Amino acid sequence: MRKAALAAAVVLLVLPGRAAGDPPRGGIVHVPLKPGETPVEHGYQLYAGNCSTCHGSRGEGITHKRAIRGASDQTGLGPRLVGVGALAADFYLRTGYMPLAQAHAQPRRSRVLFSDRELRDLIAYVASLGPGPAIPTPHPERGSVADGLKLFTDHCAGCHQIVAEGGYVTGAFVPPIKDDSPVQVAEAVRTGPYVMPKFSKKQISDANLDSIIRYIDYAKHPRDAGGWAIGHIGPVPEGLVAWFIAALAIVAACVAIGERNKS
Amino acid sequence: MKRFLATVLVLLFGRLRRRPRLERERIVGTNPPDSRAQMLVFWLFLAAAVCGVAFPVVYAVNAIPHQTQFLGLSLGLCLAFIALACMVMSRSLVPVEEIEEDYPPSSHPEEQEKVEQIVDESGDRITRRRLFVVGLGAAGTALGVALLTPLASLGPVFDVSSFFRTPWRRGVRLVGEDGSAFRAADIEEGTFYTAFPEHADREQMGAPLVIVRLPVGELRLPPERKGWAPDGILAYSKICTHAGCAIALYRKPTFAPTEPRPALVCPCHYSTFDPSRAGKVIFGPAGRPLPQLPLLIDRRGELRAAGNFSGAVGPSWWGVRNRQPRS
Repeated sequence: MRKAALAAAVVLLVLPGRAAGDPPRGGIVHVPLKPGETPVEHGYQLYAGNCSTCHGSRGEGITHKRAIRGASDQTGLGPRLVGVGALAADFYLRTGYMPLAQAHAQPRRSRVLFSDRELRDLIAYVASLGPGPAIPTPHPERGSVADGLKLFTDHCAGCHQIVAEGGYVTGAFVPPIKDDSPVQVAEAVRTGPYVMPKFSKKQISDANLDSIIRYIDYAKHPRDAGGWAIGHIGPVPEGLVAWFIAALAIVAACVAIGERNKS
Repeated sequence: MKRFLATVLVLLFGRLRRRPRLERERIVGTNPPDSRAQMLVFWLFLAAAVCGVAFPVVYAVNAIPHQTQFLGLSLGLCLAFIALACMVMSRSLVPVEEIEEDYPPSSHPEEQEKVEQIVDESGDRITRRRLFVVGLGAAGTALGVALLTPLASLGPVFDVSSFFRTPWRRGVRLVGEDGSAFRAADIEEGTFYTAFPEHADREQMGAPLVIVRLPVGELRLPPERKGWAPDGILAYSKICTHAGCAIALYRKPTFAPTEPRPALVCPCHYSTFDPSRAGKVIFGPAGRPLPQLPLLIDRRGELRAAGNFSGAVGPSWWGVRNRQPRS
């Protein structure tokens, strides 16, 4: 019994805690496609079942300035979706950022619980709400890794860290970019999810974006000429290794050499 | 030529010829020759040599995977083998002897006393001791000051006016990294821009700006900064007031009711400034707000400075709060 309890405790410790940002478990409403229904109509059914609680019945958003009755300190639930276009919908849905269990949690990458068909119809519905940007088509093969490194350093590395491992900014978690497809990276740059700034084509041209995506692809497996990468998270763990492993080994060797013979 | 060769040969090999050893009484006690230890030392040196030779080989052959690691390994092992050989030598082949010797008793006590007496009596002519102490003190102090004088070249200790000089004054146009002017209409919400003064040195501490646009209704600037942010466009110094890093992070909510407030964040130590509240510090080690630059929109719709910063630019130091920046 005690063993079982211990095992449970270990499992609880080891398993990453289910973040509040994960999608509602089993709470997805799947609507079967009726014969003769257009994608937008089907998308609306899905939207009504899964998104309207926070984004309003027609994508107008729930942006109360006053507190919502019975919802304690909540002052709004979800932004207006009219005009966000297919770009934002494709990003938030295909990364599993949406649907969100709690309106105030930071959306995180999680398992996508919609089928591909459902995703396409939902995105078509959100795009139909108003004119907005379409899903981008980046061409990372046209970019250059060297330019990408420089641009990534200028625009992205401050938060996402130089090999795209992610990190923290005050008040939010910064996701690693390594699981994102090129399209998702392009979408994130243009739409600026959660607290990330968005970047217009004037700030980062499509050609520069190609280079950035090419660099991110390189950063998935960077050439570690220096050896042990120690998680690619920079000078702090490297310093720890230098001080607590290498320095100790040197001191131990010095002590061994300097020891007097006991004869 | 022949003679030269002969000389070289003699120099090289002549030394190797054994000189007849004189039979003398040994000082170091005889130890039996330890052939195992000698062989071990030899093999260790050989191993070191092999590792040493491996270095240029690894260096030359680019096809070897993890080349850098093998380079380090060969050099490291070479040094380690030499160290091991030295350790074995010192432990097994070199005899160790500990000798302690007493201090010798002073052999001429009377003479020592005499010397002390001479020293005492030699000072008899100096009657004004204090004068000497004062003179020596003055000379020592002067020498110390002279030695410390070059420290003044390390930086402005008394003249800190250059810290307060910025290239901004009323009418200076804001330009981007590529030198193009910023049109107010092009500044979007939800993103941030870096701007520099036109025709000025961009490397100066006071030059770079970070520009953001917020809804006018969200601004909470103090009354004396009325009009500093036309159409909600705010300009702050891009240099963090803590340690002088560049403010490279802009945290902006996609949906304000459920997300953190807009903030300018320094990536070095996470000093976080609120752009809507005149650059107030809301988190982190920075001790004073981000200096704000008043803006105006000219007739062509382009952004220009309307004056100088609200406070001194750059990392904080003594007296930084007491003076205003100058153009």
